[in-house]
Amino acid sequence: MAVGNVGVATVARRSLRVRVRELIDREKILGPVFVTPALLLLVLLVAYPFAMALYFSVSNAFIGRPSHFIGVQNFVNLWQSDAFRQTFQNAFVFTGSAVAIKLVLGISLALLLNQQLWFKRAIRGAVLLPWVIPTALSTLGWWWMFSSLYSVVNWTGIAVGIMDPPGPNWLGQKYYAMTAVVAVNVWRGLPFFAITILAGLVSIPRELYEAAEADGAGPVGRFWYVTLPMLKPVLAIVVLFSTIFTFSDFNIVYVLTHGGPINSTHLFATLARQIGLETGRIAEGAAISLYLFPLLVFVVYAQLKFVRKEVY
Amino acid sequence: MEGQSARRLRWKVASHLLLVPFLLFALFPFYHMALTSLKQDRELYDRQAVPLLIRQGPTLDHYQKLLWESAFLTWTKNSLLVTLLATTLSLVIGTVAAYALARLRFFGVASFGTGIFVTYLVPTSLLFLPMAQVVNWLGLGDSKWSLVVTYPTFLVPFCTWLLMGYFRTVPKEVEECAMVDGATRIQALLRIVLPIAVPGLVCAALFAFTLSWNEFIYALTFTSSSDQITASVGVTSELIRGDVYFWGPLMAGAILGSVPIVVLYVFFLDYYVSGLTAGALK
Repeated sequence: MAVGNVGVATVARRSLRVRVRELIDREKILGPVFVTPALLLLVLLVAYPFAMALYFSVSNAFIGRPSHFIGVQNFVNLWQSDAFRQTFQNAFVFTGSAVAIKLVLGISLALLLNQQLWFKRAIRGAVLLPWVIPTALSTLGWWWMFSSLYSVVNWTGIAVGIMDPPGPNWLGQKYYAMTAVVAVNVWRGLPFFAITILAGLVSIPRELYEAAEADGAGPVGRFWYVTLPMLKPVLAIVVLFSTIFTFSDFNIVYVLTHGGPINSTHLFATLARQIGLETGRIAEGAAISLYLFPLLVFVVYAQLKFVRKEVY
Repeated sequence: MEGQSARRLRWKVASHLLLVPFLLFALFPFYHMALTSLKQDRELYDRQAVPLLIRQGPTLDHYQKLLWESAFLTWTKNSLLVTLLATTLSLVIGTVAAYALARLRFFGVASFGTGIFVTYLVPTSLLFLPMAQVVNWLGLGDSKWSLVVTYPTFLVPFCTWLLMGYFRTVPKEVEECAMVDGATRIQALLRIVLPIAVPGLVCAALFAFTLSWNEFIYALTFTSSSDQITASVGVTSELIRGDVYFWGPLMAGAILGSVPIVVLYVFFLDYYVSGLTAGALK
Protein backbone atom coordinates (compact mmCIF):
# COMPACT_ATOMS: atom_id res chain seq x y z
CA MET A 1 0.00 0.00 0.00
CA ALA A 2 2.64 2.41 1.12
CA VAL A 3 4.91 1.29 -1.68
CA GLY A 4 2.15 1.84 -4.25
CA ASN A 5 1.54 5.38 -3.00
CA VAL A 6 5.17 6.34 -3.38
CA GLY A 7 5.13 4.95 -6.93
CA VAL A 8 2.09 7.02 -7.94
CA ALA A 9 3.62 10.14 -6.39
CA THR A 10 6.86 9.69 -8.34
CA VAL A 11 5.02 9.22 -11.60
CA ALA A 12 2.92 12.33 -10.95
CA ARG A 13 5.99 14.34 -10.00
CA ARG A 14 7.92 13.15 -12.99
CA SER A 15 5.18 14.03 -15.41
CA LEU A 16 4.90 17.46 -13.80
CA ARG A 17 8.62 17.92 -14.22
CA VAL A 18 8.39 16.87 -17.87
CA ARG A 19 5.54 19.28 -18.41
CA VAL A 20 7.44 22.15 -16.80
CA ARG A 21 10.48 21.30 -18.89
CA GLU A 22 8.46 21.28 -22.09
CA LEU A 23 6.83 24.56 -21.15
CA ILE A 24 10.16 26.22 -20.42
CA ASP A 25 11.56 24.91 -23.66
CA ARG A 26 9.16 26.97 -25.75
CA GLU A 27 10.80 30.01 -27.31
CA LYS A 28 8.19 32.41 -25.98
CA ILE A 29 8.88 31.23 -22.43
CA LEU A 30 12.58 30.40 -22.57
CA GLY A 31 13.48 33.78 -24.13
CA PRO A 32 12.07 35.89 -21.30
CA VAL A 33 13.48 33.44 -18.70
CA PHE A 34 16.95 33.82 -20.22
CA VAL A 35 16.91 37.59 -20.37
CA THR A 36 15.36 38.13 -16.92
CA PRO A 37 18.64 38.19 -14.92
CA ALA A 38 20.23 40.69 -17.28
CA LEU A 39 17.05 42.75 -17.41
CA LEU A 40 16.74 42.88 -13.62
CA LEU A 41 20.35 43.99 -13.34
CA LEU A 42 19.92 46.72 -15.93
CA VAL A 43 16.70 48.00 -14.40
CA LEU A 44 17.89 47.98 -10.77
CA LEU A 45 21.49 49.10 -11.26
CA VAL A 46 21.43 51.17 -14.45
CA ALA A 47 17.94 52.55 -15.11
CA TYR A 48 17.17 53.21 -11.45
CA PRO A 49 20.44 55.04 -10.67
CA PHE A 50 19.92 57.02 -13.84
CA ALA A 51 16.46 58.07 -12.64
CA MET A 52 18.09 59.01 -9.32
CA ALA A 53 20.67 61.11 -11.14
CA LEU A 54 17.83 62.94 -12.89
CA TYR A 55 16.09 63.54 -9.56
CA PHE A 56 19.29 64.61 -7.77
CA SER A 57 20.04 67.13 -10.47
CA VAL A 58 16.78 69.00 -9.79
CA SER A 59 16.99 68.72 -5.99
CA ASN A 60 19.11 70.22 -3.25
CA ALA A 61 20.44 66.82 -2.12
CA PHE A 62 23.45 67.01 0.17
CA ILE A 63 25.16 63.93 1.60
CA GLY A 64 23.25 62.79 4.69
CA ARG A 65 20.42 65.32 4.50
CA PRO A 66 16.81 65.08 3.22
CA SER A 67 16.33 66.76 -0.15
CA HIS A 68 13.71 68.91 -1.87
CA PHE A 69 12.82 69.74 -5.43
CA ILE A 70 14.43 73.00 -6.51
CA GLY A 71 13.94 72.95 -10.29
CA VAL A 72 16.82 73.92 -12.56
CA GLN A 73 18.62 75.87 -9.82
CA ASN A 74 21.64 73.53 -9.91
CA PHE A 75 22.12 74.06 -13.62
CA VAL A 76 21.84 77.85 -13.17
CA ASN A 77 24.39 77.73 -10.36
CA LEU A 78 26.76 75.65 -12.46
CA TRP A 79 26.68 78.10 -15.34
CA GLN A 80 27.52 80.87 -12.92
CA SER A 81 30.59 79.06 -11.60
CA ASP A 82 33.95 79.59 -13.29
CA ALA A 83 35.04 76.04 -12.47
CA PHE A 84 32.13 74.57 -14.40
CA ARG A 85 32.49 76.84 -17.42
CA GLN A 86 36.18 76.01 -17.52
CA THR A 87 35.37 72.28 -17.29
CA PHE A 88 32.84 72.56 -20.09
CA GLN A 89 35.49 74.11 -22.33
CA ASN A 90 38.15 71.60 -21.23
CA ALA A 91 35.90 68.67 -22.10
CA PHE A 92 35.60 69.79 -25.72
CA VAL A 93 39.26 70.75 -26.09
CA PHE A 94 40.37 67.45 -24.53
CA THR A 95 37.99 65.25 -26.52
CA GLY A 96 38.43 67.09 -29.81
CA SER A 97 42.21 67.09 -29.78
CA ALA A 98 42.63 63.59 -28.34
CA VAL A 99 40.22 61.96 -30.81
CA ALA A 100 41.70 63.85 -33.78
CA ILE A 101 45.27 62.86 -32.88
CA LYS A 102 44.26 59.25 -32.21
CA LEU A 103 42.49 59.09 -35.57
CA VAL A 104 45.46 60.39 -37.59
CA LEU A 105 48.06 58.36 -35.69
CA GLY A 106 45.73 55.35 -35.62
CA ILE A 107 45.35 55.29 -39.41
CA SER A 108 49.13 55.69 -39.88
CA LEU A 109 49.93 52.96 -37.39
CA ALA A 110 47.33 50.62 -38.91
CA LEU A 111 48.79 51.17 -42.39
CA LEU A 112 52.25 50.30 -41.05
CA LEU A 113 51.00 47.22 -39.20
CA ASN A 114 49.35 46.08 -42.44
CA GLN A 115 52.73 45.85 -44.21
CA GLN A 116 54.89 42.74 -44.44
CA LEU A 117 56.59 42.57 -41.03
CA TRP A 118 59.14 40.25 -39.48
CA PHE A 119 57.85 40.16 -35.93
CA LYS A 120 54.17 40.69 -36.64
CA ARG A 121 52.79 39.14 -33.45
CA ALA A 122 55.34 40.72 -31.12
CA ILE A 123 54.82 44.14 -32.67
CA ARG A 124 51.04 43.88 -32.39
CA GLY A 125 51.42 42.76 -28.80
CA ALA A 126 53.62 45.75 -27.98
CA VAL A 127 51.27 48.17 -29.71
CA LEU A 128 48.21 46.91 -27.85
CA LEU A 129 49.86 46.80 -24.42
CA PRO A 130 48.98 50.33 -23.17
CA TRP A 131 45.34 49.51 -23.77
CA VAL A 132 45.17 46.43 -21.50
CA ILE A 133 47.18 47.67 -18.51
CA PRO A 134 45.09 49.27 -15.71
CA THR A 135 44.90 52.95 -16.71
CA ALA A 136 45.10 54.24 -13.16
CA LEU A 137 48.40 52.41 -12.68
CA SER A 138 50.02 53.24 -16.00
CA THR A 139 49.03 56.88 -15.50
CA LEU A 140 51.09 56.80 -12.30
CA GLY A 141 54.07 56.04 -14.53
CA TRP A 142 53.27 59.11 -16.64
CA TRP A 143 52.85 61.17 -13.49
CA TRP A 144 56.39 60.24 -12.57
CA MET A 145 57.61 60.98 -16.10
CA PHE A 146 56.08 64.46 -15.86
CA SER A 147 57.06 65.12 -12.22
CA SER A 148 58.41 68.60 -11.66
CA LEU A 149 61.84 67.67 -10.28
CA TYR A 150 62.77 64.41 -11.97
CA SER A 151 60.88 64.50 -15.27
CA VAL A 152 62.50 62.09 -17.71
CA VAL A 153 60.63 63.84 -20.52
CA ASN A 154 62.43 67.09 -19.71
CA TRP A 155 65.75 65.32 -19.16
CA THR A 156 65.50 63.76 -22.63
CA GLY A 157 64.30 67.00 -24.21
CA ILE A 158 67.24 68.88 -22.71
CA ALA A 159 69.71 66.14 -23.66
CA VAL A 160 68.48 66.16 -27.25
CA GLY A 161 68.52 69.95 -27.27
CA ILE A 162 64.85 70.73 -27.94
CA MET A 163 64.16 72.12 -24.43
CA ASP A 164 65.86 74.82 -22.40
CA PRO A 165 66.69 73.70 -18.85
CA PRO A 166 64.81 73.16 -16.62
CA GLY A 167 62.06 72.48 -19.18
CA PRO A 168 58.32 72.99 -18.70
CA ASN A 169 56.59 72.24 -15.42
CA TRP A 170 54.18 69.88 -17.15
CA LEU A 171 51.54 69.42 -14.50
CA GLY A 172 51.82 72.87 -12.92
CA GLN A 173 51.12 75.06 -15.93
CA LYS A 174 47.75 75.39 -17.63
CA TYR A 175 48.43 74.52 -21.26
CA TYR A 176 51.20 72.06 -20.52
CA ALA A 177 48.91 70.18 -18.13
CA MET A 178 46.24 69.89 -20.83
CA THR A 179 48.90 68.71 -23.28
CA ALA A 180 50.01 66.08 -20.75
CA VAL A 181 46.51 64.65 -20.18
CA VAL A 182 45.83 64.60 -23.92
CA ALA A 183 49.16 62.84 -24.50
CA VAL A 184 48.36 60.14 -21.95
CA ASN A 185 44.87 59.68 -23.39
CA VAL A 186 46.35 59.31 -26.88
CA TRP A 187 48.90 56.83 -25.53
CA ARG A 188 46.21 54.71 -23.93
CA GLY A 189 43.59 54.99 -26.73
CA LEU A 190 45.81 54.68 -29.81
CA PRO A 191 45.92 50.83 -29.72
CA PHE A 192 42.13 50.67 -29.98
CA PHE A 193 42.20 52.85 -33.10
CA ALA A 194 45.16 51.09 -34.68
CA ILE A 195 44.00 47.51 -34.14
CA THR A 196 40.38 48.17 -35.12
CA ILE A 197 41.36 50.12 -38.23
CA LEU A 198 43.83 47.36 -39.08
CA ALA A 199 40.96 44.86 -39.02
CA GLY A 200 39.12 47.16 -41.43
CA LEU A 201 42.17 47.38 -43.71
CA VAL A 202 42.59 43.63 -43.85
CA SER A 203 38.99 43.20 -44.99
CA ILE A 204 39.35 45.48 -48.04
CA PRO A 205 39.34 43.23 -51.15
CA ARG A 206 42.69 43.14 -52.93
CA GLU A 207 41.00 43.39 -56.34
CA LEU A 208 40.03 46.99 -55.65
CA TYR A 209 43.69 47.94 -55.31
CA GLU A 210 44.60 46.01 -58.43
CA ALA A 211 41.82 47.74 -60.35
CA ALA A 212 42.94 51.15 -59.09
CA GLU A 213 46.53 50.36 -60.03
CA ALA A 214 45.41 49.31 -63.51
CA ASP A 215 43.66 52.68 -63.79
CA GLY A 216 46.99 54.33 -63.07
CA ALA A 217 46.48 55.32 -59.40
CA GLY A 218 49.67 55.76 -57.35
CA PRO A 219 50.00 54.95 -53.61
CA VAL A 220 48.39 58.27 -52.60
CA GLY A 221 45.57 57.83 -55.09
CA ARG A 222 44.94 54.29 -53.92
CA PHE A 223 44.81 55.46 -50.29
CA TRP A 224 42.49 58.35 -51.14
CA TYR A 225 40.11 56.59 -53.52
CA VAL A 226 40.13 53.01 -52.22
CA THR A 227 41.37 52.77 -48.62
CA LEU A 228 39.62 55.77 -47.07
CA PRO A 229 36.17 55.20 -48.62
CA MET A 230 36.30 51.50 -47.75
CA LEU A 231 37.36 52.32 -44.18
CA LYS A 232 34.60 54.84 -43.64
CA PRO A 233 32.23 52.59 -41.64
CA VAL A 234 35.05 51.36 -39.39
CA LEU A 235 36.34 54.89 -38.85
CA ALA A 236 32.84 56.07 -37.98
CA ILE A 237 32.42 53.37 -35.33
CA VAL A 238 35.87 53.91 -33.83
CA VAL A 239 35.44 57.68 -33.66
CA LEU A 240 31.97 57.41 -32.11
CA PHE A 241 33.14 54.89 -29.51
CA SER A 242 36.23 56.84 -28.67
CA THR A 243 34.37 60.14 -28.45
CA ILE A 244 32.04 58.94 -25.72
CA PHE A 245 34.80 57.23 -23.73
CA THR A 246 37.22 60.15 -24.06
CA PHE A 247 34.54 62.68 -23.16
CA SER A 248 33.68 60.71 -20.01
CA ASP A 249 37.30 60.00 -19.04
CA PHE A 250 38.08 60.06 -15.35
CA ASN A 251 41.17 57.98 -14.52
CA ILE A 252 43.84 59.92 -16.39
CA VAL A 253 42.88 63.36 -15.15
CA TYR A 254 42.21 62.16 -11.61
CA VAL A 255 45.62 60.54 -11.26
CA LEU A 256 47.69 63.00 -13.27
CA THR A 257 46.40 66.44 -12.26
CA HIS A 258 43.27 66.09 -10.06
CA GLY A 259 41.77 68.65 -12.45
CA GLY A 260 44.41 71.26 -11.69
CA PRO A 261 46.13 73.63 -11.98
CA ILE A 262 43.14 75.90 -11.20
CA ASN A 263 40.59 73.60 -12.90
CA SER A 264 42.39 73.82 -16.22
CA THR A 265 42.21 70.04 -16.84
CA HIS A 266 38.95 69.16 -15.04
CA LEU A 267 36.54 67.02 -17.04
CA PHE A 268 32.87 66.46 -16.18
CA ALA A 269 33.61 63.21 -14.35
CA THR A 270 36.42 64.59 -12.18
CA LEU A 271 34.55 67.80 -11.37
CA ALA A 272 31.41 65.77 -10.56
CA ARG A 273 33.44 63.71 -8.10
CA GLN A 274 35.02 66.75 -6.50
CA ILE A 275 31.72 68.63 -6.09
CA GLY A 276 29.55 65.59 -5.36
CA LEU A 277 31.78 63.65 -2.96
CA GLU A 278 34.61 65.82 -1.70
CA THR A 279 32.37 68.80 -0.91
CA GLY A 280 29.18 66.72 -0.48
CA ARG A 281 26.99 68.72 -2.89
CA ILE A 282 25.70 65.54 -4.48
CA ALA A 283 22.89 67.32 -6.36
CA GLU A 284 25.29 69.57 -8.23
CA GLY A 285 27.63 66.62 -8.80
CA ALA A 286 24.80 64.64 -10.41
CA ALA A 287 23.91 67.64 -12.57
CA ILE A 288 27.53 67.81 -13.80
CA SER A 289 27.59 64.08 -14.61
CA LEU A 290 24.41 64.49 -16.62
CA TYR A 291 26.27 66.71 -19.07
CA LEU A 292 27.71 63.46 -20.40
CA PHE A 293 24.22 62.35 -21.34
CA PRO A 294 23.47 64.44 -24.47
CA LEU A 295 26.66 63.19 -26.12
CA LEU A 296 25.78 59.62 -25.15
CA VAL A 297 22.36 60.03 -26.77
CA PHE A 298 23.98 61.41 -29.92
CA VAL A 299 26.51 58.57 -30.14
CA VAL A 300 23.85 55.90 -29.60
CA TYR A 301 21.58 57.56 -32.16
CA ALA A 302 24.38 57.87 -34.72
CA GLN A 303 25.44 54.26 -34.21
CA LEU A 304 21.90 52.95 -34.55
CA LYS A 305 20.94 55.19 -37.44
CA PHE A 306 24.01 55.20 -39.66
CA VAL A 307 26.36 52.46 -38.65
CA ARG A 308 24.37 49.48 -37.44
CA LYS A 309 21.24 49.41 -39.53
CA GLU A 310 20.14 46.33 -37.59
CA VAL A 311 21.24 46.41 -33.99
CA TYR A 312 19.92 43.28 -32.65
CA MET B 1 62.29 40.68 -61.05
CA GLU B 2 65.29 41.12 -58.78
CA GLY B 3 64.71 44.88 -58.73
CA GLN B 4 61.21 44.29 -57.47
CA SER B 5 62.24 42.02 -54.62
CA ALA B 6 64.97 44.47 -53.58
CA ARG B 7 62.37 47.21 -53.55
CA ARG B 8 60.07 45.09 -51.48
CA LEU B 9 62.83 44.43 -48.97
CA ARG B 10 63.66 48.13 -48.76
CA TRP B 11 59.99 48.92 -48.16
CA LYS B 12 59.85 46.23 -45.47
CA VAL B 13 62.85 47.71 -43.67
CA ALA B 14 61.35 51.19 -44.01
CA SER B 15 58.08 49.99 -42.44
CA HIS B 16 59.98 48.69 -39.43
CA LEU B 17 61.90 51.94 -39.08
CA LEU B 18 58.69 53.95 -39.24
CA LEU B 19 57.21 51.73 -36.52
CA VAL B 20 60.06 52.50 -34.11
CA PRO B 21 58.67 55.82 -32.80
CA PHE B 22 55.26 54.20 -32.24
CA LEU B 23 56.82 51.31 -30.33
CA LEU B 24 58.97 53.66 -28.24
CA PHE B 25 55.87 55.71 -27.39
CA ALA B 26 53.92 52.57 -26.42
CA LEU B 27 56.64 50.84 -24.40
CA PHE B 28 58.82 53.55 -22.88
CA PRO B 29 56.50 54.30 -19.93
CA PHE B 30 56.65 50.63 -18.89
CA TYR B 31 60.42 50.54 -19.24
CA HIS B 32 60.76 53.68 -17.15
CA MET B 33 58.39 52.37 -14.47
CA ALA B 34 60.23 49.07 -14.20
CA LEU B 35 63.57 50.87 -14.10
CA THR B 36 62.44 53.24 -11.35
CA SER B 37 61.11 50.37 -9.26
CA LEU B 38 64.51 48.64 -9.40
CA LYS B 39 66.74 51.66 -8.80
CA GLN B 40 68.33 52.57 -5.48
CA ASP B 41 67.00 55.76 -3.90
CA ARG B 42 70.48 57.27 -3.97
CA GLU B 43 70.55 57.11 -7.77
CA LEU B 44 66.83 57.74 -8.23
CA TYR B 45 66.95 61.16 -6.61
CA ASP B 46 70.33 62.18 -7.97
CA ARG B 47 69.56 64.90 -10.48
CA GLN B 48 72.95 64.46 -12.16
CA ALA B 49 72.32 60.77 -12.90
CA VAL B 50 71.04 59.51 -16.24
CA PRO B 51 67.36 58.57 -15.68
CA LEU B 52 67.31 56.08 -18.58
CA LEU B 53 69.69 53.52 -17.06
CA ILE B 54 70.63 51.82 -13.80
CA ARG B 55 74.30 52.45 -13.15
CA GLN B 56 74.68 51.92 -9.42
CA GLY B 57 73.21 48.43 -9.34
CA PRO B 58 69.56 47.29 -9.10
CA THR B 59 67.76 46.67 -5.82
CA LEU B 60 64.55 44.93 -4.68
CA ASP B 61 64.14 47.28 -1.69
CA HIS B 62 61.11 49.01 -3.16
CA TYR B 63 59.36 45.70 -3.75
CA GLN B 64 60.13 44.56 -0.22
CA LYS B 65 58.76 47.82 1.16
CA LEU B 66 55.65 47.44 -0.98
CA LEU B 67 54.96 43.85 0.04
CA TRP B 68 55.77 44.00 3.75
CA GLU B 69 55.19 47.62 4.76
CA SER B 70 51.94 48.30 2.91
CA ALA B 71 48.68 46.35 2.58
CA PHE B 72 49.43 45.62 -1.08
CA LEU B 73 48.83 41.87 -0.73
CA THR B 74 45.39 42.49 0.80
CA TRP B 75 44.49 44.88 -2.02
CA THR B 76 45.57 42.31 -4.59
CA LYS B 77 43.52 39.62 -2.87
CA ASN B 78 40.49 41.94 -2.93
CA SER B 79 41.04 42.66 -6.62
CA LEU B 80 41.24 38.95 -7.39
CA LEU B 81 38.11 38.10 -5.43
CA VAL B 82 36.05 40.91 -6.93
CA THR B 83 37.31 40.26 -10.44
CA LEU B 84 36.77 36.50 -10.40
CA LEU B 85 33.27 36.71 -8.91
CA ALA B 86 32.12 39.60 -11.09
CA THR B 87 33.51 37.89 -14.19
CA THR B 88 31.85 34.54 -13.48
CA LEU B 89 28.52 36.12 -12.62
CA SER B 90 28.54 38.33 -15.72
CA LEU B 91 29.58 35.50 -17.98
CA VAL B 92 26.66 33.32 -16.87
CA ILE B 93 24.08 36.11 -17.10
CA GLY B 94 25.57 37.30 -20.39
CA THR B 95 25.63 33.85 -21.97
CA VAL B 96 21.94 33.10 -21.46
CA ALA B 97 20.93 36.62 -22.49
CA ALA B 98 23.11 36.45 -25.60
CA TYR B 99 21.67 33.07 -26.57
CA ALA B 100 18.14 34.42 -26.23
CA LEU B 101 19.02 37.44 -28.37
CA ALA B 102 20.78 35.41 -31.02
CA ARG B 103 18.33 32.53 -31.35
CA LEU B 104 14.94 32.95 -29.73
CA ARG B 105 12.00 35.00 -30.93
CA PHE B 106 9.78 36.34 -28.18
CA PHE B 107 7.93 39.48 -27.15
CA GLY B 108 10.24 42.45 -26.62
CA VAL B 109 13.44 40.81 -27.88
CA ALA B 110 14.29 43.68 -30.22
CA SER B 111 13.94 46.37 -27.56
CA PHE B 112 15.96 44.26 -25.12
CA GLY B 113 18.73 44.07 -27.73
CA THR B 114 18.71 47.82 -28.14
CA GLY B 115 18.70 48.23 -24.35
CA ILE B 116 21.80 46.06 -24.05
CA PHE B 117 23.55 48.03 -26.76
CA VAL B 118 22.71 51.35 -25.12
CA THR B 119 23.94 50.28 -21.67
CA TYR B 120 27.08 48.94 -23.33
CA LEU B 121 27.88 52.56 -24.21
CA VAL B 122 26.93 54.13 -20.84
CA PRO B 123 30.15 55.28 -19.19
CA THR B 124 30.63 54.45 -15.50
CA SER B 125 31.42 58.08 -14.76
CA LEU B 126 27.83 59.01 -15.64
CA LEU B 127 26.24 56.96 -12.84
CA PHE B 128 28.78 56.68 -10.02
CA LEU B 129 27.17 59.28 -7.74
CA PRO B 130 23.64 57.80 -7.56
CA MET B 131 25.19 54.31 -7.65
CA ALA B 132 27.02 55.16 -4.42
CA GLN B 133 23.63 55.83 -2.83
CA VAL B 134 22.24 52.52 -4.09
CA VAL B 135 25.30 50.77 -2.68
CA ASN B 136 24.67 52.38 0.71
CA TRP B 137 21.03 51.35 0.70
CA LEU B 138 22.06 47.79 -0.06
CA GLY B 139 24.20 47.97 3.07
CA LEU B 140 27.38 47.50 1.05
CA GLY B 141 28.97 50.89 1.69
CA ASP B 142 32.77 50.60 2.03
CA SER B 143 32.71 46.89 1.18
CA LYS B 144 34.36 45.05 -1.68
CA TRP B 145 31.05 43.23 -2.19
CA SER B 146 29.62 46.46 -3.56
CA LEU B 147 32.00 45.98 -6.50
CA VAL B 148 30.90 42.37 -7.10
CA VAL B 149 27.34 43.69 -7.37
CA THR B 150 28.02 46.78 -9.50
CA TYR B 151 30.69 45.57 -11.95
CA PRO B 152 28.20 43.33 -13.80
CA THR B 153 26.37 46.53 -14.84
CA PHE B 154 29.06 47.15 -17.45
CA LEU B 155 30.31 43.55 -17.84
CA VAL B 156 26.95 41.96 -18.70
CA PRO B 157 26.18 44.28 -21.65
CA PHE B 158 29.72 43.72 -22.92
CA CYS B 159 29.61 39.90 -22.62
CA THR B 160 26.10 39.74 -24.08
CA TRP B 161 27.09 41.85 -27.06
CA LEU B 162 30.25 39.88 -27.74
CA LEU B 163 28.69 36.43 -27.28
CA MET B 164 25.65 37.27 -29.37
CA GLY B 165 28.01 37.68 -32.31
CA TYR B 166 29.64 34.31 -31.63
CA PHE B 167 26.35 32.44 -31.18
CA ARG B 168 25.13 33.75 -34.53
CA THR B 169 28.09 32.14 -36.26
CA VAL B 170 27.00 28.69 -34.99
CA PRO B 171 24.82 27.22 -37.77
CA LYS B 172 21.22 26.82 -36.69
CA GLU B 173 21.04 23.41 -38.37
CA VAL B 174 23.48 21.83 -35.91
CA GLU B 175 21.22 22.75 -33.05
CA GLU B 176 18.03 21.77 -34.87
CA CYS B 177 19.49 18.33 -35.59
CA ALA B 178 20.04 17.74 -31.89
CA MET B 179 16.53 18.90 -31.10
CA VAL B 180 15.01 16.59 -33.70
CA ASP B 181 16.86 13.79 -31.91
CA GLY B 182 14.92 14.66 -28.75
CA ALA B 183 17.25 17.05 -26.95
CA THR B 184 15.63 20.06 -25.30
CA ARG B 185 16.75 23.54 -26.21
CA ILE B 186 18.71 23.88 -22.96
CA GLN B 187 20.49 20.57 -23.63
CA ALA B 188 21.25 21.73 -27.17
CA LEU B 189 22.67 24.97 -25.78
CA LEU B 190 24.83 23.21 -23.19
CA ARG B 191 26.08 20.31 -25.33
CA ILE B 192 26.15 21.74 -28.87
CA VAL B 193 26.24 25.53 -28.96
CA LEU B 194 28.48 26.30 -25.98
CA PRO B 195 31.28 23.89 -26.99
CA ILE B 196 31.35 25.44 -30.47
CA ALA B 197 31.38 28.93 -28.96
CA VAL B 198 34.30 28.24 -26.59
CA PRO B 199 36.59 30.79 -28.28
CA GLY B 200 33.89 33.40 -27.76
CA LEU B 201 33.49 32.43 -24.11
CA VAL B 202 37.25 32.63 -23.53
CA CYS B 203 37.31 36.02 -25.18
CA ALA B 204 34.39 37.33 -23.12
CA ALA B 205 35.96 35.96 -19.92
CA LEU B 206 39.31 37.62 -20.69
CA PHE B 207 37.75 40.98 -21.42
CA ALA B 208 35.47 40.82 -18.40
CA PHE B 209 38.48 39.97 -16.23
CA THR B 210 40.52 42.80 -17.70
CA LEU B 211 37.71 45.35 -17.48
CA SER B 212 36.98 44.60 -13.85
CA TRP B 213 40.64 44.37 -12.82
CA ASN B 214 41.20 47.78 -14.42
CA GLU B 215 38.02 49.41 -13.11
CA PHE B 216 38.82 52.50 -11.06
CA ILE B 217 36.05 55.05 -10.48
CA TYR B 218 33.55 52.69 -8.80
CA ALA B 219 36.25 51.14 -6.63
CA LEU B 220 37.51 54.58 -5.66
CA THR B 221 34.02 55.82 -4.84
CA PHE B 222 32.44 52.82 -3.08
CA THR B 223 35.36 51.58 -0.97
CA SER B 224 37.90 53.36 1.18
CA SER B 225 39.09 51.16 4.07
CA SER B 226 42.50 49.66 3.55
CA ASP B 227 41.15 46.09 3.88
CA GLN B 228 38.40 46.59 1.26
CA ILE B 229 40.05 48.50 -1.58
CA THR B 230 41.39 47.01 -4.81
CA ALA B 231 44.96 47.12 -6.11
CA SER B 232 44.50 50.15 -8.40
CA VAL B 233 42.88 52.19 -5.64
CA GLY B 234 45.37 51.09 -2.98
CA VAL B 235 48.38 51.94 -5.08
CA THR B 236 47.06 55.32 -6.23
CA SER B 237 45.73 56.47 -2.87
CA GLU B 238 47.68 54.83 -0.06
CA LEU B 239 51.25 54.70 -1.36
CA ILE B 240 51.55 58.42 -1.94
CA ARG B 241 52.82 59.97 1.26
CA GLY B 242 53.68 63.51 2.23
CA ASP B 243 57.37 63.22 1.37
CA VAL B 244 58.86 63.21 -2.11
CA TYR B 245 60.64 59.88 -1.84
CA PHE B 246 57.80 57.45 -2.50
CA TRP B 247 58.40 56.91 -6.20
CA GLY B 248 60.19 53.55 -5.91
CA PRO B 249 57.45 51.64 -4.04
CA LEU B 250 54.79 53.49 -6.08
CA MET B 251 56.25 52.26 -9.37
CA ALA B 252 56.73 48.79 -7.88
CA GLY B 253 53.02 48.81 -6.98
CA ALA B 254 52.02 49.96 -10.47
CA ILE B 255 54.11 47.17 -12.00
CA LEU B 256 52.93 44.37 -9.68
CA GLY B 257 49.31 45.57 -9.93
CA SER B 258 49.50 45.03 -13.69
CA VAL B 259 51.08 41.57 -13.53
CA PRO B 260 47.87 39.45 -13.67
CA ILE B 261 46.75 41.28 -16.80
CA VAL B 262 50.18 40.99 -18.42
CA VAL B 263 50.26 37.24 -17.76
CA LEU B 264 46.84 36.74 -19.36
CA TYR B 265 47.87 39.04 -22.17
CA VAL B 266 51.00 37.11 -23.02
CA PHE B 267 49.11 33.82 -23.21
CA PHE B 268 45.98 35.05 -24.96
CA LEU B 269 47.19 37.89 -27.17
CA ASP B 270 45.21 36.70 -30.19
CA TYR B 271 42.00 36.61 -28.20
CA TYR B 272 42.56 40.18 -27.10
CA VAL B 273 43.09 41.29 -30.69
CA SER B 274 40.00 39.46 -31.97
CA GLY B 275 37.84 40.51 -29.01
CA LEU B 276 38.80 44.14 -29.40
CA THR B 277 37.69 44.22 -33.01
CA ALA B 278 34.64 42.02 -32.40
CA GLY B 279 33.43 44.20 -29.55
CA ALA B 280 33.59 47.30 -31.69
CA LEU B 281 32.64 45.93 -35.06
CA LYS B 282 29.89 43.39 -34.56
